[in-house]
Amino acid sequence: MANKRADIEVKKYTDHQVITQPNPLRAVLRRVADDDIDDPVARAEQALSGLSGEFKQWMEIEVERLAAAHAAIIKGGFTKPARDELFRAAHDIKGDAATFGFAPAGMVAESLCRIIEHAPDLARVPSDLIVHHINAIQAIVHEHTKLDRISISNELSQRLRGVADKYLARVNHDRPEHLEAIMAPSIAPAD
Amino acid sequence: MFRIDFNKLRFLICDDNPHMRRILRTLLHSFGAREAYEAEDGATALEMYTHYVPDIVITDWAMPIFDGLELAQMIRQPEAKGNPYAPIIMLTGHSEKRRVTVARDAGVTEFLAKPISAKGLYQRILNVVANPRPFIKTKTYFGPDRRRNTNAAYIGPERRVGGEFEILQQPSLLDKARSGV
Repeated sequence: MANKRADIEVKKYTDHQVITQPNPLRAVLRRVADDDIDDPVARAEQALSGLSGEFKQWMEIEVERLAAAHAAIIKGGFTKPARDELFRAAHDIKGDAATFGFAPAGMVAESLCRIIEHAPDLARVPSDLIVHHINAIQAIVHEHTKLDRISISNELSQRLRGVADKYLARVNHDRPEHLEAIMAPSIAPAD
Repeated sequence: MFRIDFNKLRFLICDDNPHMRRILRTLLHSFGAREAYEAEDGATALEMYTHYVPDIVITDWAMPIFDGLELAQMIRQPEAKGNPYAPIIMLTGHSEKRRVTVARDAGVTEFLAKPISAKGLYQRILNVVANPRPFIKTKTYFGPDRRRNTNAAYIGPERRVGGEFEILQQPSLLDKARSGV
């Protein structure tokens, strides 16, 4: 179903071109009755819930990866590869945790990502701040069945985010582009 | 009402995280897709893109060495051997407004912020299939038309000169990312 360049129409203007072509994917669209009972989204949601038995184990693996990335930093400092791996490990948890049923772990991971992205010098970030984030993510995941997620996990994640934001606002007081990014609301969809 | 025959579409998934690839594969197969190729980094994805000629690319952003943004930029090369017009859906944990703008300026067609939902993914795919945008080529940009509404008063640095206001009216990528669907 790849595009055929011969069908492409190019209109040239002073400083730009507008390129159009017949919709190459039109053939996959099919009109159905409004009362069609097939619901691909519901089918996909059901399939996703069929995977949910594996989510806890997947989160454990993600948390192990985060801990290993942090251990590498303790051993060798904030080298670029070590910093990047810590960021990716936290970033993956930020993106996946809510899907896997561990939303508060995702919130803590987001806070950790913000520290890594916006601290002017990671080597000068109080080590406890990073350690507390990693410990909190581990606790939320490991104690998942024991914790009252709504109260303890949420309070933990909000407190850590508050401390991290306060720190980031202080160390970025003369870096307006970072301050703006720190203060901007998230565009991530709500649960 | 329209439905998509997913079994006629070929997807390329690029994500370094095996769990997210599994989630995406599960969702696409549940929609009815039969062909979903997977790459765990941008470089492999680019090779697979040329080889398999997918109809739609779904890529993560943060990946080692060669990330999803660079992948989008490599695909959007007007003189490249491969198809530079394929829709690219950026599925990412990044949740800041400026990231949407950066992705859009790299030629990304749709932006979907994690956590992923079946509905959000389906809507993005439906939109790229049913409402393809014309492509714009300037000195500094090649990709889907970034204008989503008519604003004749716009006097910013990339105001186009000439041409009509033929705008495919759609919510902006940012508004869609915020709404989650």
